[in-house]
Amino acid sequence: MAEPTLLYLDGVTVSFDGFKALDALSLVLEPGEMRAVIGPNGAGKTTMMDVITGKTRPEEGHVVFGSDIDLRKLDEPAIARLGIGRKFQRPTVFEPLSVRDNLLLALAGDRGPRFALWARETAHERMRIDDLLETIRLTDERDRRAANLSHGQKQWLEIGMLLAQDPKLLLVDEPVAGMTDAETEATAELLRKINQKSSIVVVEHDMAFVRALGVKVTVLHEGKVLAEGSIDTIQNNPRVVEVYLGR
Amino acid sequence: MRLDGGAIATLACLLGGAALLAIFNLAIAAGSALHVPSFVVSIVGKYLCYAILALAVDLVWGYAGILTLGHAAFFALGGYAMGMYLMREIGARGVYANPTLPDFMVFIGWNKLPWYWYGSEHFLFALILVVLVPGILAFVFGWFAFRSRVSGVYLSIITQALTYALMLAFFRNDMGFGGNNGMTDFKDIIGFPLDKETTSVGLMLATAVILSLAYLLARATTRSRFGKVLIAVRDAEPRTRFLGYRPESYKLVVWTLSAVIAGIGGALYVPQVGIINPSEFAPANSIEAVIWVAVGGRGTLSGAILGAVLVNLGKTWLTSALPDVWLFAIGGLFILVTLFLPRGLIGLFSGRGSTTAERGRQSAASEAVMREAAE
Ligand SMILES: Nc1ncnc2c1ncn2[C@@H]1O[C@H](COP(=O)(O)OP(=O)(O)O)[C@@H](O)[C@H]1O
Ligand SMILES: [Mg+2]
Repeated sequence: MAEPTLLYLDGVTVSFDGFKALDALSLVLEPGEMRAVIGPNGAGKTTMMDVITGKTRPEEGHVVFGSDIDLRKLDEPAIARLGIGRKFQRPTVFEPLSVRDNLLLALAGDRGPRFALWARETAHERMRIDDLLETIRLTDERDRRAANLSHGQKQWLEIGMLLAQDPKLLLVDEPVAGMTDAETEATAELLRKINQKSSIVVVEHDMAFVRALGVKVTVLHEGKVLAEGSIDTIQNNPRVVEVYLGR
Repeated sequence: MRLDGGAIATLACLLGGAALLAIFNLAIAAGSALHVPSFVVSIVGKYLCYAILALAVDLVWGYAGILTLGHAAFFALGGYAMGMYLMREIGARGVYANPTLPDFMVFIGWNKLPWYWYGSEHFLFALILVVLVPGILAFVFGWFAFRSRVSGVYLSIITQALTYALMLAFFRNDMGFGGNNGMTDFKDIIGFPLDKETTSVGLMLATAVILSLAYLLARATTRSRFGKVLIAVRDAEPRTRFLGYRPESYKLVVWTLSAVIAGIGGALYVPQVGIINPSEFAPANSIEAVIWVAVGGRGTLSGAILGAVLVNLGKTWLTSALPDVWLFAIGGLFILVTLFLPRGLIGLFSGRGSTTAERGRQSAASEAVMREAAE
């Protein structure tokens, strides 16, 4: 690697009972980049995120973060502490806790139990939380239990939690599934805003949304990269049309 | 830490109730209708010890989702540590008049104190053991269990196995803890004769104070940022890992703290009931403790105390009135509470939806992550 990359996947293979969910997958992400990953159901998009975040160990291949951190050797908390945040397909917030407390637990900082036992909320933390609440438009819901939020609000709270982590790299799995058009638009805008500070890999089915993002697109199919490029080149690629768009 | 209405009410009931009981026992002549007999004082003292155990169970079950079916083991170990001291305190007043060896050791023909009894004649040393023995056992057990990510039913089963194994071990005479008879015939504690009314009252009051302190400690812990992480782990453990938390270290800390609290409860229990034997390790005891918490209200702390006292009040009454019915009664009670009072008795008092009892239900968040994981 001549140029510094943020994330480097090379020849990554994951199989489940002989079935290859990822088949020698390679992907390079530049610092500051936002990448959209599309592909039919079962293409391996979620599995790719599992590999990056340490949930699944690949049998083969390299997974390198920054210039030399081998992610295959680390578990989920260690990878999260490196600054890799992940948003799941379904919103998963801490339901019994208030909106504020959800953000508080996500704020970058010491994660150890000894620290947490004595931690007092600092003025800086309070300020960060207030800013985040504004960004995700939940200022009025700050003291409500997360369980009582609407589906869309939970998605936003989870995005707020990812922002609170101050990640270098953000992995977002199908963020607009189940959202209204207005919410989808707002989410695209939010991702672009986040991208000013963090690199992002976003998996999405919604082509209108991917087009709205206006970034480089990677098409996965049967665990392999089928094509890569701008949304227009992708949509005109005959193989992509065949396996994916043509349906 | 600010105290809300519920906490103030809990402390007032505990400390006020104990003080009134003491006054009505000591200051009112035995002939009067208002006099509280000493056996009542001892029974209440015993209930308060159970309440300490219940508090310990609630800390791990209510807030960390660890359904322990072996917590009576920590309670019993604390009790044995105190029992050792009480045994040594008998000194030459025992049947065999041996100034160093407890009677049961003389009886099985030992002529030398085993090394692990060294220092047990000192009250302070006994107190250290009360904390260290359950604490270290819990730490080692938790270290392996949580690190290898044993959870749910499997964890419950191994906690049950732990207490069962300890029961079998303590039944053996050559363990040096009195075998199946255990330890009894205690004479006094730091010089106070155990058969005197004032000693019973003193022990009951001490238990009420220590229970109050344990309650405050548990409350501070669960309301700290640590406690919030714990609740997050309970309801959506995988999610906390992706945020960079290590759930196993949080569980280990609260598990060990809880075992120490249970051990202290056991240490207070033994001088008040006058005996400690291996039946305290019986698996059923740990299960009963879980039922106290469920009845009172899981994840509320004060509910655990209430549940322990009320269920044991019922047990005392029922086992003398209808001794055969108790097991069915407690089983039925558990089912009724689970079906009709998911927030426990304490849920009847606090109408607000802010108690953590209902948070105990597996929330949608964890299901979502589970499904995600299965995808
Ligand atoms: N834990 C698993 N066990 C077995 N098969 C799995 C597992 N996870 C994913 N798969 C399979 O791997 C393929 C890729 O899945 P996934 O990465 O979830 O696809 P996508 O997110 O692109 O829809 C699918 O065929 C899926 O059934
Ligand atoms: Mg997927």
